[in-house]
Amino acid sequence: MFASELLIAQNIGFFIIAALMVVGALRVVTTSNVVHAALWLVVVLAGAAAQYVLLAAEFVAVTQVLVYIGAVMVLFLFGTMLTRARIGAESDLNNKNWFVGLPVALTLLAAMLIALRDGFGNEKLPADAPLVSTQVLSDQIFGPYLLPFWALSFVLLAAVIGAIVLARRD
Amino acid sequence: MNTASLIIAEVPYWGQSLLRVLGGLVAVLLPAGTIVYLFLFKMMSFMQSRLGPMEAGPYGSMQLFAEVGKWLQKEDIYPARADKFIFKLAPLIVLASTFLLVVVVPFGPDAWFTNFEAGIFYALAVSSVSVLGILIAGWSSANKYSLLGGLRAAGQLIAYELPMVLAVIGVVIQAGTMNLQGIVLAQNSGSMFGFDGLGNPYVLTQFVGFVIFMISVQAELTQAPFDMPVAESELVSGYMTEYSGFRFLIFFIGEFATAGVFAMIASVLFLGGWAVPFSWFGWTTMDSVDNWMNFAGPLILFTKMMVIMFLVMWVRFSYPRLREDQLQRFAWKVLIPISLVNIMLTAILKVAF
Repeated sequence: MFASELLIAQNIGFFIIAALMVVGALRVVTTSNVVHAALWLVVVLAGAAAQYVLLAAEFVAVTQVLVYIGAVMVLFLFGTMLTRARIGAESDLNNKNWFVGLPVALTLLAAMLIALRDGFGNEKLPADAPLVSTQVLSDQIFGPYLLPFWALSFVLLAAVIGAIVLARRD
Repeated sequence: MNTASLIIAEVPYWGQSLLRVLGGLVAVLLPAGTIVYLFLFKMMSFMQSRLGPMEAGPYGSMQLFAEVGKWLQKEDIYPARADKFIFKLAPLIVLASTFLLVVVVPFGPDAWFTNFEAGIFYALAVSSVSVLGILIAGWSSANKYSLLGGLRAAGQLIAYELPMVLAVIGVVIQAGTMNLQGIVLAQNSGSMFGFDGLGNPYVLTQFVGFVIFMISVQAELTQAPFDMPVAESELVSGYMTEYSGFRFLIFFIGEFATAGVFAMIASVLFLGGWAVPFSWFGWTTMDSVDNWMNFAGPLILFTKMMVIMFLVMWVRFSYPRLREDQLQRFAWKVLIPISLVNIMLTAILKVAF
């Protein structure tokens, strides 16, 4: 790859954001405070949203912010603050089985890399690809991809009903 | 359309960015100052049969500068057991969410910061980021009242974000676009039952959505009757209890600047935004709008914002605080079902006509 090809604004942006995301992801698992871990996770998720913007996928980026930062992370923090969130370092956040996570994470990474490589290979995004508008996106979701969309909705519905069943005492 | 774009095209990129930053500051701080002086200082005083600030400047109009000066002089203190970094970060997150919000508001045919395809969706998304700042402000203060205030705020803002999004969907269905300029165009070039003298402001055709949106805005801004997170008789000052000086000032500006920006978004969604009905001047499309609207537009939007803000403040000064359980029940059992029905009816009518 030539330097002139590598040093375009999008790539530089990508590498800066990716480095931030890696640092954030490492800090999520190494920090000794639950709330700090959740906030580092916010950095990682916001980085993902920024990468979507670089890919000109506005709608996906905005959805990422709305769902993950605005709702999921707020609920995370809400839950930890209601139950156990002390200020300062905690020593008992790790248990002795933490190394089991390592092979799982590596396997997951390998699986994703292989899937990406198989799916796209050396294909490149066209440099002057037109911006996909939200209308085109929704036409796709509610047209050819309607069945997977419904399936996902049913999974979510089942999760909601399950949560209510678990939370009700009577 | 053309002259303004030509002027902008001659300014280099860094100059445009500087202009945008200055414009953003004006668009955030000017409404906030006006709202605080006119409504919080003066209107509240008159409704309570007193004069309000009278000493600083004519009719106390310089009072806000005096207050800002006072806050800036205060010592920067934080509780000994607080999580210092997060304590300092929290007000900045709240303020950043406000500045991100103003970016999508259109002020005229060419007077906008960015013309986002999914504009209103973006506004709803970044407005939810401020919850994060409020939540960690409450946690990092190392104070039970602050933590309770932060938790109440989070619960309330999550509950009222849903009806707000659902109320906006009605507008989006009717306009057929999520772009705020598109929504302005759809309202002002539209007609109601063949009569186009008023355009088609959605406050008339989406009245249910407007009411739900305004109630949700009231709750999102934690103004009374939805001010449990800062309930002074129960929680001292909620998540802001430990903040003083400059950091309190940031929270204060953030609160009223967000109120102003939300009022602007409400007037774009429901009152026709920066424009007047296009039939008055024989315009049909966005391109045929005369150039002077770039200067008249911000003033028209500002006027509509003040009308909306007057409603918000009127309700704020008139009603007592709801209880926590009443608030949650109201959002989940009243507002959300009504807004779902509203979406269904809007969709049916949209297809039928």
